[in-house]
Formats: sequence, C-alpha cells, structure tokens
Amino acid sequence: MALLQISEPGQTPEPHQAKRAVGIDLGTTNSLVATVRSGVAQTLADLDGEHILPSVVHYGAQGVQVGFPARAAALDDPHNTIFSAKRMMGRGLDDVTALGGLLPYQLVAGAGMPQIETRRGLVSPVEVSAAILRELADRAQETLGGDLDGAVITVPAYFDDAQRQATKDAARLAGLKVYRLLNEPTAAAVAYGLDQGGEGVVAVYDLGGGTFDISILRLEKGVFEVLATGGDTTLGGDDMDHLVARWLLQQAGVDESTIDAQQQRMAMIEACRAKEALTDAAQVDVHFGQWHGTLSRAQFDELVDSLIDRTIRAFKRTIRDAGLKVGDIDEVVMVGGSTRVPRVRERVEAFSARAPLTSIDPDKVVAVGAALQANVLAGNKSAEDMLLLDVIPLSLGLETMGGLMEKVIHRNTTIPVSRAQEFTTYKDGQTAMVIHVYQGERELIKDNRSLAHFELRGIPPMPAGGAKVRVTFQVDADGLLSVGAEELSTGVKSSIQVKPSYGLGDAEITRMLQDSFAHAGDDRDARALREQQVEADRVAEALAAALDKDGQSLLSEQEYALLLADLEKLKQCRATADARTIAAEIDRIGKATEEFAARRMNQGIRQALSGQKVDDLEKF
Amino acid sequence: MVDLTQNYFELFALPVSCQLDQQQLASQYRALQRAVHPDRFAVDSERQQRLSVQYASFVNEAFNTLKQPLSRAIYLLRLAGRDVDMERNTVMDAQFLMTQMELREEVSELKTQANPEAELERLMAQVDGDITACLSSFEQHWHAQELEQAETIVRQMQFMVKLAAELAQLESELLDGE
Repeated sequence: MALLQISEPGQTPEPHQAKRAVGIDLGTTNSLVATVRSGVAQTLADLDGEHILPSVVHYGAQGVQVGFPARAAALDDPHNTIFSAKRMMGRGLDDVTALGGLLPYQLVAGAGMPQIETRRGLVSPVEVSAAILRELADRAQETLGGDLDGAVITVPAYFDDAQRQATKDAARLAGLKVYRLLNEPTAAAVAYGLDQGGEGVVAVYDLGGGTFDISILRLEKGVFEVLATGGDTTLGGDDMDHLVARWLLQQAGVDESTIDAQQQRMAMIEACRAKEALTDAAQVDVHFGQWHGTLSRAQFDELVDSLIDRTIRAFKRTIRDAGLKVGDIDEVVMVGGSTRVPRVRERVEAFSARAPLTSIDPDKVVAVGAALQANVLAGNKSAEDMLLLDVIPLSLGLETMGGLMEKVIHRNTTIPVSRAQEFTTYKDGQTAMVIHVYQGERELIKDNRSLAHFELRGIPPMPAGGAKVRVTFQVDADGLLSVGAEELSTGVKSSIQVKPSYGLGDAEITRMLQDSFAHAGDDRDARALREQQVEADRVAEALAAALDKDGQSLLSEQEYALLLADLEKLKQCRATADARTIAAEIDRIGKATEEFAARRMNQGIRQALSGQKVDDLEKF
Repeated sequence: MVDLTQNYFELFALPVSCQLDQQQLASQYRALQRAVHPDRFAVDSERQQRLSVQYASFVNEAFNTLKQPLSRAIYLLRLAGRDVDMERNTVMDAQFLMTQMELREEVSELKTQANPEAELERLMAQVDGDITACLSSFEQHWHAQELEQAETIVRQMQFMVKLAAELAQLESELLDGE
C-alpha cells in the first residue's frame, strides 16, 4: 500500500487557485454579469464592448438569438421575440394576463407557468431566462478563461417562493452552479457599503424594468442586516412605457384593441424612446403612424405620478415594518434604470429629505454587489469582513378550518429560519390530513398565493383533536421553503421540497434539459458525468481543506486516517467511474464526514464566542 | 451529535436573567452567525450546508426569542418548567378583563373620532406604558421566584402586546389612507 501524504497543518497541499465566481443581474429589461478581478468588481463586456445584455430572446427560423440581435428582430418578428420573461417567472396564466400591458405573444396554459408559442415550439419563461443566463455565462467563461465554479444570481427582494424557484430552475437549465440567490437591493447595498465603508441605516429604492423593491438595512461592522423589505413585483419602467404608449394611441386616435403585434411593439418603442429623451429634455417630439405631436416633461410626470405614488406608499410601509421613522434613514440608494427618470428622483428626495446616492451606475450596481458576494462565497476572500442577513419578504402559512391562513413564519423574519406548528384532527377517526401551504399577508387563503399541497396519510384513528401533527417550515438562505409534517404519537412522516403550484416538476426540467442537449448536439451522458466529476472535485476540495484546517485538532488519528483514505477513494472513483458510481461515492463520503462536519460547526461556535470575550477584555 | 437543544442563554454565553445587555446579545449574535451562516459554507458539501442552515436557523430563533421582552419572559418561564399556553383556559383577573374591554371599545370607536390620529397616539402611549409596567412587575416576581404571579403577568402582557400590534396596524391604515 502506498504511503498517504499528509501536508503540514496550515499549509494547503496545492497552491490556492482563485475560483471563477460571477454575479449575475438577471433583469426584466437588461441583464449583466460581473466578477471580481484584482480586488475590483467590474461588469464584463461582450466582444463589441457592450456590458448590458438586453433580456430578449428571439426564436428565429435560423436559430435562437439573445440580446441586441434579438431586440433588433423584435419589430419584424414580434411574436417570436420574447421580452420581459422575468415578469412571467413563477406566475400562472391568469397572473400574466392580468399584467395587462401590451404583450404580443400567444400564451398557452402549461402545467405550471404559461408557455409561449414560438416558431421553435412552446417555450417556458424558465427556458427564456436560461438562454439569457447561458449567454452571460459564456461571456464570463471566455473572459475568465475556463468553466465557472459558481454564480450568485440576483432576484427582486419581493419575489415569492415560486418566482425564486423558477429562477433557480433557469440556472440549473443553463448549467450554472448557484452559490446563492441574492436580493437585488441587498446586492446594491453591498456595492455601496463596501465602496464607502458605510455604517447606519440605508434604504435601497430599486425601480427596475418590471419590478419595484424597497429594502431597509442596518450596516454595522461589515454586517448587512435587512430590517424590512417591501415592494411590488408587477411595477416597473415597463408600466411607464405602457402608460405612455396608451397615451400615444389615444392621441393618434387609434383603438388599442384593433392594432396588431407589430404596431403594439412600435408604440412601446416610441414610448420608451420618449421616456428616455425626457430624462434630459423638457419636451420631445413623438409620432405614431401618420400622427405627430409633442410630449412635455410635465405631461409625462402627470402620466406616471400614480405609479410613483405606489412606490412611495410601499416605501412608507416598509419603514414602519422596520420599526423606524423616515428621519432614521441615513442614506437612500437608487437602483434600476427607471430611477433615471427625474420625477422619480424628485419624489424620493422629497419624501426622504435625503439626496439619493447615484454614484454607482444604477444599471450596474446590482451585478457589482452580486460579484462581491460571489467572491466571498467562493472563498476567494475571507468571509470575516462581510455577512449578509436577509429576510423573507412574504409570510408563509397553512390553510386552517374555514379557509383561513395560519401564519407560521411572518414576513421580514431573518433567514434561514425553521419553525414548527402543531395541528390536530377535526373529525373522529380521521386518518389523513391535507397540508396546503400559502404565501402572502391576507387573512383568507384565497387571497394569498398557493405554493404547494401534500397529504399526510396513515394517522391512526383517534377521537377529534387526538392526533398531534407537527408541521415544520424550513426556509434556507436563498429564501426557498421546504415543509415537513409528522404525526407525533406514531411518527408517521411526510415531507416535501416545496414545488410551487406554478413551478416546474422534475420531469419538466428533465425534458427541457434533454431538449437543450438535442439542440446543442450535446451528449446527455457526457454532461451527467461531467456534472458529477465537478461535484466530486468540489467535495474532495472541501474535505481536503477541512482536514487540513481542523483534522488534527478535531479527529483522532484513526478517524483522520479513515477520512484521508475516503478522500483518496473519492479521487480515484472520480477519475475512473461512471456518473452513477461517482454520485454514490459522493453520498457515502457525505455520510462518513457527518460527525466531522458537526464537530467543526460546534468548534466554530465555541471560537466565535471565545473570540468575543477576548475582544471584550481588550475593550476594558 | 448536533445539540440544538442547548438553552438560548447558554448559546449566547449569557447568564439566565430577565434583563440582558441588548448590545452584548447583538454582538454575540453576529459572532455566532459569522461562524455558522450558510454563506460560510457555500462551496462545502451538501450535508455541511444543511447542517449550517439548521444551526443558523437555531441561532436566529434564539436571538429573536431573547431580543423581545415578552418572548424572553415566556422562555424564562418555560425554562422554569411553566409552559405559558394561550389556548389553555385560565381564569383572568376580572378587573384586568374589564379594563381590557374598555380599551378595546375605545379602539373600535377610534375611526369615528374627530381626531383619530391624536386619539390613537394617546392609546398607543397608554398601552406602551402598561407593557412597561408589566415588565417591571414580571421582573420583581421572577427575582422573588413567585412563578405563579409571574405567569399571570405574562398572560396579561400577551393581551397588551396583541393590542399594541392592532394599534400599529390601525396606524398603518390611517397613514395609508392619507
């Protein structure tokens, strides 16, 4: 038997390789990718020097195009050019239709989300988002010279479980390892906070193309603690365009219901152009068809004021939720392209009595913050100096008798969070219970969003109120929920990873993956093997680092030797075996290291507290 | 294995008591989250990540419980073997119930008042004052180890904290209605 090599404690066996980690801002209108190089976070440009990628995908006769070429194709081929897919993520057909607006697509009800009819068949909003993510990942891989290790992808803070899950599904479809889903306002706060070494209370006002978020954070000693978050996932710059487009059509004497998709698109483009021009000009010439006219800044302000009112109301409510007053806010950060509209800045400044911070490009600030966080999560930078404590934006609960919502986790609770609630049977001899999970703030479940439902069967027959069922909600750091239920007297268990009613099933994801391989001419087995190898490398690297750091102090000689042997076995297996065998070996290693993992955790806690004591002593 | 049954005070290395140094609690909390938060384990194995989610959830729950005076008081009683279960039918002091009913009546008539904002502010101040009084009364009973009385006070406090939340909700409605 060959002798095992053990490196000196505190010295890593191989020179430390920086991980290729990126932050991706997957926006309604535009998307960006950023990374940290030489300690500086910057967005990455394409070959033409463009940093922004329009979030547009064109399903053309010749193939699928993403970004500027797709946007250019929109006018000639509106039905096959998908804009604003983010607004459809995790939504049902009714929600999407209720967005109103001028969507020129043929929507078809799918198993969960609506599907869009295109020349290349039905596509789901998840697939559209995956195409955008893939394009950005390819760009980053070319710039960084290799496969990406992981990504932080931003989502609106106010995204619910279904919308978050859909975003994670899109990343999986694009072949990305997601380190974390990060809330957009939190990302912006990171970009500003680290930039300026700030302390105090910060409000982030984030008005994007299709979503509005407001978050109140407390910054202290590198900890970003979100106190409250609020917003509206159906409110953004798009809506301003819609209002202006509607005004244009009225002025031109055109009946909105009679125009075709191409005319709709033209009205939207003209509206958007007018809005952007009015950022600098007092008035702008506009036209639609034969009609010509002008739109003044004052007229525009009047058109959009009701939208801005809604954001200010949400701002007020969120400050109250944080237990603060307007005067407690030290800084206001502006994020999102729509905050370029002068009226928006005026109104926010008037309300907060603070000149809003705009020094970082509002289009790029979210991607920059995400890149900084990705760099920390990848382990490229010590996590000692930054910690993000985020919250869940909407309450989670269960349906109880009478269609009432029983909240188990309230909104603005710091995540991760785990909470259990006990329920009992309603009838004598009842042997099953339906657990129906909702998200939202209203008292009646019918006014909230249904996330999932499942049955707990096999409860022994008892008189009404006899059985005790404990339902446990666990929300992870991505804001994603899993639910478990257990009957306490018999231990009958049931648990699910919540697959939202509007989400995609595993079968659907598999089909999409297969479709994408078919199109790419990729080999499914080869990809599966590659994925398992990457995972094996990750596990091996993590274990090697853990052994190196804590093996000597936390393990007996024998335990150390056993784990070291396991590590070698995994490496060998990774080099020679097929995907399934590698997966099994990864699982086995996981079980073998469970005890070690727990000891490391407990040690972390002890050290954290003893470190605190030393600090305290030094203070006095 | 994982010991998530540790008492919250021990977890934060703080003495078991009703009064605690909020700043120390917050700084211990941050130190613990720096050690256990899932962001520290983003590149680790799935199991290590799951473990970290469990620990971080536990630390969050402990922090929330100790931070708020009412939940801290309920937790102290639980440690002393007294579960304060609101569902259980307990006889409340008649005088206390009368006062509560009068208060609630005032709240329900609030919106018809000439100056609801001023009236609301007065009520909120009154309820806040009552809660503070309850807290100091709880402390006295706790120190004297008069658990029966301490529990009664906590039950009363639950009523008032609920009322305070309703008043805050009313305030939101009034403000949003502007």
